Amino acid sequence: MTDSKYFTTTKKGEIFELKAELNSDKKEKKKEAVKKVIASMTVGKDVSALFPDVVNCMQTDNLELKKLVYLYLMNYAKSQPDMAIMAVNTFVKDCEDPNPLIRALAVRTMGCIRVDKITEYLCEPLRKCLKDEDPYVRKTAAVCVAKLHDINAQLVEDQGFLDTLKDLISDSNPMVVANAVAALSEIAESHPSSNLLDLNPQSINKLLTALNECTEWGQIFILDCLANYTPKDDREAQSICERVTPRLSHANSAVVLSAVKVLMKFMEMLSKDLDYYGTLLKKLAPPLVTLLSAEPELQYVALRNINLIVQKRPEILKHEMKVFFVKYNDPIYVKLEKLDIMIRLASQANIAQVLAELKEYATEVDVDFVRKAVRAIGRCAIKVEQSAERCVSTLLDLIQTKVNYVVQEAIVVIKDIFRKYPNKYESVIATLCENLDSLDEPEARAAMIWIVGEYAERIDNADELLESFLEGFHDESTQVQLQLLTGIVKLFLKKPTETQELVQQVLSLATQDSDNPDLRDRGYIYWRLLSTDPVAAKEVVLAEKPLISEETDLIEPTLLDELICYIGTLASVYHKPPSAFVEGGRGVVHKSLPPRTASSESAESPETAPAGAPPGEQPDVIPAQGDLLGDLLNLDLGPPVSGPPLTTSSVQMGAVDLLGGGLDSLMGDEPEGIGGTNFVAPPTAAVPASLGAPIGSGLSDLFDLTSGVGTLSGSYVAPKAVWLPAMKAKGLEISGTFTRQVGSISMDLQLTNKALQVMTDFAIQFNRNSFGLAPAAPLQVHAPLSPNQTVEISLPLSTVGSVMKMEPLNNLQVAVKNNIDVFYFSTLYPLHILFVEDGKMDRQMFLATWKDIPNENEAQFQIRDCPLNAEAVSSKLQSSNIFTVAKRNVEGQDMLYQSLKLTNGIWVLAELRIQPGNPSCMLSLKCRAPEVSQHVYQAYETILKN
Amino acid sequence: MIGGLFIYNHKGEVLISRVYRDDIGSQAADSAVFSSSGPFLGERLGGSVRNAVDAFRVNVIHARQQVRSPVTNIARTSFFHVKRSNIWLAAVTKQNVNAAMVFEFLYKMCDVMAAYFGKISEENIKNNFVLIYELLDEILDFGYPQNSETGALKTFITQQGIKSQHQTKEEQSQITSQVTGQIGWRREGIKYRRNELFLDVLESVNLLMSPQGQVLSAHVSGRVVMKSYLSGMPECKFGMNDKIVIEKQGKGTADETSKSGKQSIAIDDCTFHQCVRLSKFDSERSISFIPPDGEFELMRYRTTKDIILPFRVIPLVREVGRTKLEVKVVIKSNFKPSLLAQKIEVRIPTPLNTSGVQVICMKGKAKYKASENAIVWKIKRMAGMKESQISAEIELLPTNDKKKWARPPISMNFEVPFAPSGLKVRYLKVFEPKLNYSDHDVIKWVRYIGRSGIYETRC
Repeated sequence: MTDSKYFTTTKKGEIFELKAELNSDKKEKKKEAVKKVIASMTVGKDVSALFPDVVNCMQTDNLELKKLVYLYLMNYAKSQPDMAIMAVNTFVKDCEDPNPLIRALAVRTMGCIRVDKITEYLCEPLRKCLKDEDPYVRKTAAVCVAKLHDINAQLVEDQGFLDTLKDLISDSNPMVVANAVAALSEIAESHPSSNLLDLNPQSINKLLTALNECTEWGQIFILDCLANYTPKDDREAQSICERVTPRLSHANSAVVLSAVKVLMKFMEMLSKDLDYYGTLLKKLAPPLVTLLSAEPELQYVALRNINLIVQKRPEILKHEMKVFFVKYNDPIYVKLEKLDIMIRLASQANIAQVLAELKEYATEVDVDFVRKAVRAIGRCAIKVEQSAERCVSTLLDLIQTKVNYVVQEAIVVIKDIFRKYPNKYESVIATLCENLDSLDEPEARAAMIWIVGEYAERIDNADELLESFLEGFHDESTQVQLQLLTGIVKLFLKKPTETQELVQQVLSLATQDSDNPDLRDRGYIYWRLLSTDPVAAKEVVLAEKPLISEETDLIEPTLLDELICYIGTLASVYHKPPSAFVEGGRGVVHKSLPPRTASSESAESPETAPAGAPPGEQPDVIPAQGDLLGDLLNLDLGPPVSGPPLTTSSVQMGAVDLLGGGLDSLMGDEPEGIGGTNFVAPPTAAVPASLGAPIGSGLSDLFDLTSGVGTLSGSYVAPKAVWLPAMKAKGLEISGTFTRQVGSISMDLQLTNKALQVMTDFAIQFNRNSFGLAPAAPLQVHAPLSPNQTVEISLPLSTVGSVMKMEPLNNLQVAVKNNIDVFYFSTLYPLHILFVEDGKMDRQMFLATWKDIPNENEAQFQIRDCPLNAEAVSSKLQSSNIFTVAKRNVEGQDMLYQSLKLTNGIWVLAELRIQPGNPSCMLSLKCRAPEVSQHVYQAYETILKN
Repeated sequence: MIGGLFIYNHKGEVLISRVYRDDIGSQAADSAVFSSSGPFLGERLGGSVRNAVDAFRVNVIHARQQVRSPVTNIARTSFFHVKRSNIWLAAVTKQNVNAAMVFEFLYKMCDVMAAYFGKISEENIKNNFVLIYELLDEILDFGYPQNSETGALKTFITQQGIKSQHQTKEEQSQITSQVTGQIGWRREGIKYRRNELFLDVLESVNLLMSPQGQVLSAHVSGRVVMKSYLSGMPECKFGMNDKIVIEKQGKGTADETSKSGKQSIAIDDCTFHQCVRLSKFDSERSISFIPPDGEFELMRYRTTKDIILPFRVIPLVREVGRTKLEVKVVIKSNFKPSLLAQKIEVRIPTPLNTSGVQVICMKGKAKYKASENAIVWKIKRMAGMKESQISAEIELLPTNDKKKWARPPISMNFEVPFAPSGLKVRYLKVFEPKLNYSDHDVIKWVRYIGRSGIYETRC
């Protein structure tokens, strides 16, 4: 017997016929008729006219027929509320049936009949079912409370169902617990303020126990609920994590992803120093990779989530690049997502492999995918500087294929590369120009025009090229028109003599013949600029442009944190907060990651506690120092950030005083002696003549304070570099450098306010770093920084902060806060600021140590273009605390044996071979921690060359 | 949660429609009016839900472009879909649901349907629509997935349907306790005269190799499938040559492991059927469980280290002028000479403008298949440590198509009687304390099959 025949009847008097059959005495015929009705319903026919006849069939002991009638009821009750009441009696009766399956069926169906009048009849049976002896009935009733709440929330509260539901969380049956959790979570979402779920360590413990026993779906409900809980401290967070990690081996990907969500969220509370933190990071990678062998749809969900995870914690998957390589027959949506993640994971270490892959993809069939692959090559160039050259040559190869969309995409990304590395790859312009004719997409045309305008002085026929675009000016899209206008003005400013006519033409096209206001406005501005003050025009139009950063495509950190709380859900697939796609109040509760709160016996507190700070302030300060996210939440940077006992160096104290005591008083010509004299403390080693300190002027020129400090010490100080461009920090520009003088390290900062409003409340923090650098005093800016004002500050640093190995080793992540926002940047500090004054090793000791360190730890470097003799080298290095232990002359070569010690006690031994007459010298470094060698070598180079 | 579930045929006609929540048909979907609603949807009834149904048909099933995402958001309504042959299953929601769970549920739904009536086809769905509604009512309540183990479902949802009258009270409570219980996948009181179990280690070995023979990526994804015919509620323990376990034991009895000479393997990651006690695996790395009756997938695993690549493909493609390609491909088998690989197939893609192909191969049969744009070379059997070769001349039509031929990779299919990951089953112990059979009485069979997954060599 097949049921498909029910789908086929299309006669006209069908309804009438069905009516007769429904009222037939024969059970079989009745059932057949109901089936026909359901089939009609499915394909969208209106069979509501049969309502009374179908309901009449409800009184039956045939379970199958009963289910069919219920199905019909659920569909049509809403349109026939009065009739639906007829069914109530049967429901109430069924709720008392001895068969638990029928009791459950009745309560399940009743909840689906969304008619207000029925709800009041539902209450009594529901109350009984919630306390039914059979777990199957209870688990169905639990969900029914959520259904009822959806229809009439007030009723549920008045009847006290919520309390009964809460009791079910302690039920002996795991499935009842799971459904109760699901129902409560849903109800709680529509009452964000109510403490409905009331999660506390005891109830969490119950949930964690049920987690081991319930079905895969129940595990998901429980894990999703757990993710909403905020543990009271890091210990509790860790113990929950420990009990959730076994779920990572579940065959159901949703269980795995929900477990990942809980772990990612609670990890936020764990200190990075904990062994467990590292273990957890390691445990997360394999299950995430395994998700990629699931069915393609799930792979897609997993990849969208991995994209978030990689942005939040890149360390988890940094070694797993290969699994994201695209397979030839992956569905397109999987391919595109993999590509995105590949770019995020690209680093210097794997860039060669990535580029080879991307080049391969650029020859595939799917146009979107190919374009994205080409774009990815450009992004790699911008992200990994060392690979830029290779990327450019790959792009050139691709341009040679002459495939139209590949060429266009390549030109767009080459424009970005030019913006990141100006004046570096102009040699390729000629090749680009060859392809001018094939460009038909606005973005590519605009990019090409930008390149021509930007480098007009190096392209002989720039005017001809731009003129060729001008012919069809009005047919171009706005972005091309705007770019063409700017491009020609640039050209004019660079080659005024030959291009006057051209610029006239474009200005009149833009201002007179166009009805696009943006274009007209820009045209007029240029016109007036050019006619009133060409020099100003030059300054405006040809101004130096900020470099583009590689992070343009990153998700904004606060949104990212919110999305981490939604791992596995639609929000994580869309990369949008639920409020963007969910209507009404539901699910729009803003979630955020928990702040780090250390339990009272946190291991890290003793050594990092501020010397004089009241103990109560510790929890505020320490976590903030530990990680950037902590910063966000713990913005109160009031108390001194880190507290090395400030006794090691009087100079440091002086600096603190100077800055803390207020620069104003110093400006008033009052010699606040102590600080000043301390600065003039004699340098430890012989100072080369050129560095003769302007001792007397130390105080007179206040704004030169920092540079004055720099010259006092023997240590080489690099010129200040821009660390945080104003573009990225809402107008605050920070440049700076590091100095070391007489045993203390400081960070010399120059803050410039390029915004239009006054900046106040400055504060600074460092992320943990390889050598424990931390501010030794708060950042003190004496007065509000008004627009266009610059202030120089020397921030004393200590090396007793918490330590975390960074990549590269000398990377320092800094957060600066002002009244406007918090900004983050990272910078590389030269290693020689860490070379301590007592770094001279005894000769015997040197010999013994040199032998003792295994040969594989030896690194050799060549220092080129260093025409100094051994004496000069030795004294120059000594001023930066690299000490010559012994000197030998072997076969005409000078051999210098040198030692230095880092602030953390690592000794580095060096052998420097200098050949008279040869500008290059050889440097061999031996150290027990070979990873510092590279940086020591760089320090040598900077010191010797400056 | 899931607001509704629809099943469509390839034309976009609705075969099954089950709505769990009212919100999926609210005003927003209404406003996204789709003028081209199907011919049989003229009626006004349930109009709002109909709109959601139509939205999916118009925007996904009838979309001109290839599907760009398995999740589609139309007028603030999200549609999740999977496709089985030419049947579309779509779950609809307006909330921020757990997306991974929805897809897992859709797959599970397919498994359940397949377990009840075989292949998922339009015919079968129409024939079993009453059953499908009954299942949907049971496994999804208000959009929350409930117990969906076929073993349990089959005890009370049957195709005969009229069981309720004949059930005794004990039977009923046994059903409900099984559906909601801790061991929802197995019922009590199963009896076999002969206790027997079969273990299949099924591996698929994946490779991507550069033309120069460098392994770009390789991994094995394996499954251990168990078929058990055991009485009672047997407690099972499964052991394999997992490096971590072997090393842990090795500390005590170092010589035993070296004597047996068994190589252990490093498993990158594994996942288990829900019957396996995960917390025990996490703490002791032992795999213990009470199996469902019949066939199920005990575990999945992935390895990337020390993979035995059964075949090596060495391609050589030479372009002779603009109208000719010379292709030579050598395959080498790399396993014990006593073993035989089967069903070997090498697929060499050819350009779209191929006009003719001449092929010579040392072994097996090779044919140019114009419809598939490939030369397909088939070898029935090949022993280990052997080598074979094919050479082909491909004539091309001159084209002025500027686009270069993408040179898709050469792919390979095969089956070998060993596990390329090196996985070995060490034991599977069965304990059933209540019944009088012991581990020795159980007849156990183990079989290893290694198949090619995506086994590609770029040329």
